[in-house]
Amino acid sequence: MYDLIELTTTRHNPHIDPFMSMWEWQIPLYLFLGGIVAGMMIISGYFIFSHRYKETDCACFSTPLISLILISLGMFFLFLDLSHKLYVWRLYTTFKISSPMSWGAWILLLVYPALILNLLIKPPAILQERIKNLANISLKITSHPFLVKVIGIANMLLGLMLGAYTGILLSVMGSRPLWNSSLLWFLFLVSGLSTAAAFVHLFAKNKYESELLAKADNGLLTLELFVIFMFLIGLLSSAKPHKDAAELLLTGPFAPSFWVLVVLMGILIPLFIQLLAVNHKIKHTPVAPIFVIIGGIILRFIIVEAGQYSHWFNAHLK
Amino acid sequence: MPRFGMVIDTKKCVGCQDCVLACKTENNIPEGYNRDWIVTEVHGKFPDLHMEIRTERCNHCTNTPCVSVCPTGASHIHEWGGIVLVDKDLCIGCKACVEACPYDARYIHPDGYADKCTFCIHRVEKGLQPACVEVCPTHCIYFGDLDDPNSEVSQLLKSRKWHVLLPETGNEPNIFYLI
Repeated sequence: MYDLIELTTTRHNPHIDPFMSMWEWQIPLYLFLGGIVAGMMIISGYFIFSHRYKETDCACFSTPLISLILISLGMFFLFLDLSHKLYVWRLYTTFKISSPMSWGAWILLLVYPALILNLLIKPPAILQERIKNLANISLKITSHPFLVKVIGIANMLLGLMLGAYTGILLSVMGSRPLWNSSLLWFLFLVSGLSTAAAFVHLFAKNKYESELLAKADNGLLTLELFVIFMFLIGLLSSAKPHKDAAELLLTGPFAPSFWVLVVLMGILIPLFIQLLAVNHKIKHTPVAPIFVIIGGIILRFIIVEAGQYSHWFNAHLK
Repeated sequence: MPRFGMVIDTKKCVGCQDCVLACKTENNIPEGYNRDWIVTEVHGKFPDLHMEIRTERCNHCTNTPCVSVCPTGASHIHEWGGIVLVDKDLCIGCKACVEACPYDARYIHPDGYADKCTFCIHRVEKGLQPACVEVCPTHCIYFGDLDDPNSEVSQLLKSRKWHVLLPETGNEPNIFYLI
């Protein structure tokens, strides 16, 4: 071990030196929106699959339209991030198995028809007023229970793929030690599900569903804590660059925002509030779901920024 | 089929940046961007300090994470010589390759596409040396076919001690530094 290692470079490429900051706000916001839509597709798919669409006030009637809006917004952010925008169509001239971004492009293309079919099961009134034929189409779909089940399954599967891919997109980067964990996809999937459960809980009218979502969110938040713990343990027990990457969150420059905004405000406080609510000690409050959603956004920002900050070279410099 | 690589003699490199200027001129690199650069590394314990000056660029790795993550195939390995290149007409500017490179050797060109060292393939195809090799006043950069046992680069790697950058990443870089 040397007492001194000093590297001086003449390179000063924008957004690369001294630390990588290529991906800015657009990517974490897209990852968050992708995650929450994935979660809503799984929740909505499950409600449809379990025949809840026969209820008059199922949350699964409003989630597809919201999901379509949010995923389009996410894709718009993704588009904003591209620096060679006019060539975006090149994504759809090939499929590359080694590139999760290529998977994502095609998954997103499949997400739209699945969401539209989900929407057609019972289109929101606002759409029915504008498009007269929608009621007929809806009737045709619901008269085939098997088809409805298939739509539910398709939404759950595509939600799973979308949620997992947002994490895999980062975890394949061996160059960024913080991202290079095989648990990142699971962390993003669980976080996506948890934020989606919180979000749907905010507007769910059906009492059974509202209660179910709050309980599910408690389970998901607990699971998320466990996954974060395992994610950090995995990094800490790995090579030095990975250890240094974990330190960025544990005690380094990202520690205050990670502990306060993600762990405490995004997980522990809402978990405590919702545990009281599901045990009927206090009334359901929008505070907990809002905290969960904000925590989910900040988690993506921290992982993207700290991941870019983590580096093999930094390990040499320490 | 050749497999091109570079051997850089760190005992001869003085960090004059002629290679950097030559690259900028030859490849019309915009102001504020670099395809190659000079790194000075000092390590040891005073007074036993060791200094290495070296010219760095894309390592044209054998295992190429930049090529794997590219969603459109814009980042590719050229069929002749194994040189890692970017087709700017396929690049969408998603920056995944920039993130995937542990050497941070890529950047986004102001015109929007990912850019990096090409080993001056337009010169190599004509039988010329890359611009940086051509201008080096101390002749510390050698370019050639690593698969040809009689090439100058192969002979140097046989006769001298060398290291590569970040071998622990497993990318098998094709730029070697003589020590």
